[in-house]
Amino acid sequence: MPAGPRQLSGEAVAAPIAAAVPDAILRATDEWVEVRPERVADVLRFLHDDADLDARQLSNLCAVDRHDRFEVVYHLQSLDRNHQIVVKAIVGEHEEPALPSATGVYKGALLQEREVYDLMGVRFEGHPDLRRMFLWEGYPGFPLRKDFLQIPEHHPGLPKFPFEESGVQAR
Amino acid sequence: MTTATEPYVLNIGPQHPSTHGVFRLRVVMDGERIQDVEMVVGYLHRSMEKLAEERTYTQNIPFTDRADYLAAMSGNLGYCLAVERLAGVEVPERASCLRVIFAELQRIASHSMANGTFVNDAGAWQTPLMYMFRERERILDLFEMTCGARLTTNYMRIGGVAFDPPDEFYPAIESLVDELPERIEEYAELLVDNEILLARGRGVGVISAEDAINGSLAGPMLRGSGVPWDLRKAEPYCGYDRFDFEIPVGRQGDAYDRFLVRLEEVRQSTKIIRQALDGLPSGPHKTQTPLALRPDPGEAYARVEGPRGELGFYVVSDGGSAPFRFHIRAPSLINLSLLREMAIGASLPDAIVALGSVDIVVGEIDR
Repeated sequence: MPAGPRQLSGEAVAAPIAAAVPDAILRATDEWVEVRPERVADVLRFLHDDADLDARQLSNLCAVDRHDRFEVVYHLQSLDRNHQIVVKAIVGEHEEPALPSATGVYKGALLQEREVYDLMGVRFEGHPDLRRMFLWEGYPGFPLRKDFLQIPEHHPGLPKFPFEESGVQAR
Repeated sequence: MTTATEPYVLNIGPQHPSTHGVFRLRVVMDGERIQDVEMVVGYLHRSMEKLAEERTYTQNIPFTDRADYLAAMSGNLGYCLAVERLAGVEVPERASCLRVIFAELQRIASHSMANGTFVNDAGAWQTPLMYMFRERERILDLFEMTCGARLTTNYMRIGGVAFDPPDEFYPAIESLVDELPERIEEYAELLVDNEILLARGRGVGVISAEDAINGSLAGPMLRGSGVPWDLRKAEPYCGYDRFDFEIPVGRQGDAYDRFLVRLEEVRQSTKIIRQALDGLPSGPHKTQTPLALRPDPGEAYARVEGPRGELGFYVVSDGGSAPFRFHIRAPSLINLSLLREMAIGASLPDAIVALGSVDIVVGEIDR
């Protein structure tokens, strides 16, 4: 798979990360670098602050459900040096996945992490406002997970409009 | 926090002209000042990303029309580039050039709409918008001529474009490109340095360059804050490096600067279309690719400079005929990351202008 035209290889990024954030690197390929999920916020902080890597913008954040694990993918962008860095954090836990939030480094993660939480159910520890976004609080399950095939016990269609029964006031 | 009056909650939308679609702002007001703001989205959520996992790569192209329905061509283009990168498909030169022409026509149509609704929000009720619809209408006519649809075009294909434009397309686009500069000057004369627009737009919704970068803003939002960042220059796709154009930037990062950036981008797009038409190569408009394409396992992220900013598509393949994961990086949603910073402390009418200057498309926010 050819990487993007101006994408740094994972190997090139791994060495400086390993020097600054000890035992964070798990694997590096020519496309991405995989980091230990609990260290991801430290790695992003380092990539953001480092003058050579200069990853000042979080261009895209999304998650992939691999049936038994979640891959959270960060596409980082350097505007001054014009290169892209891809960081992956693989969370082995499939029921209650969690990893540190990137919102302390990038404000652009605020809505993107909420979206991942809403649709994939990955918790970002330290996110200031981690709530459902497109769906409502109390929606059964996380639809983008591979094991979500239909809405539990209410197929087809949805249960009643969420505010009717629960007594929760429409906010 | 001490407040001058008792705070109250005001709901703007989901059905309200200033929210440009079914989008709700829940605003806590202290008198006329905004204390807190929260956006409520999801009214248009169609779960495209899940649906796409059960359809072939080609069948997914119409989703990209319906995400950002004001810039269907840009969505088509970004998605096709992602799949082409994933599957290693080569695109003929003529197809790339046609893609540039249609993407830039789409940018003009979308920016006309954005600037028209922006001045609408600022109080110039409907007149400028209706003027700008003249050009947009002619662009949609060109789309209809070529692919039969005006809004949800479904024009690009993996490996090229669906159709070669018909013969009547060329005189129509020639006359449009000849007239556009004159028309843009007409709008500039009407709106630029207009006292009311200055009073409503200057100093409203200000975002510093540092914040804009950190908040993942893109497109006219980022350039309005003075960051000369455009993917057409930074990461040229479809041969954009062959064209001569400039990246306009704002100086103060306010709503008015974003308006000016969009106006200038329309001028630059006209320039690009003129160059692309003059150098349109002959040859095939599409390479043959199998309808049930099965790329090798892997992933690709491709992005284009859409009218609202970085429109990215992240596609993961597991070797099957449907994508394993299909993610749209939606600039309309991510440009709202700094909504609180723009709105808190502002008066309600200013917040409406700030939101108008973001140029959201709710279909793309909710997907």
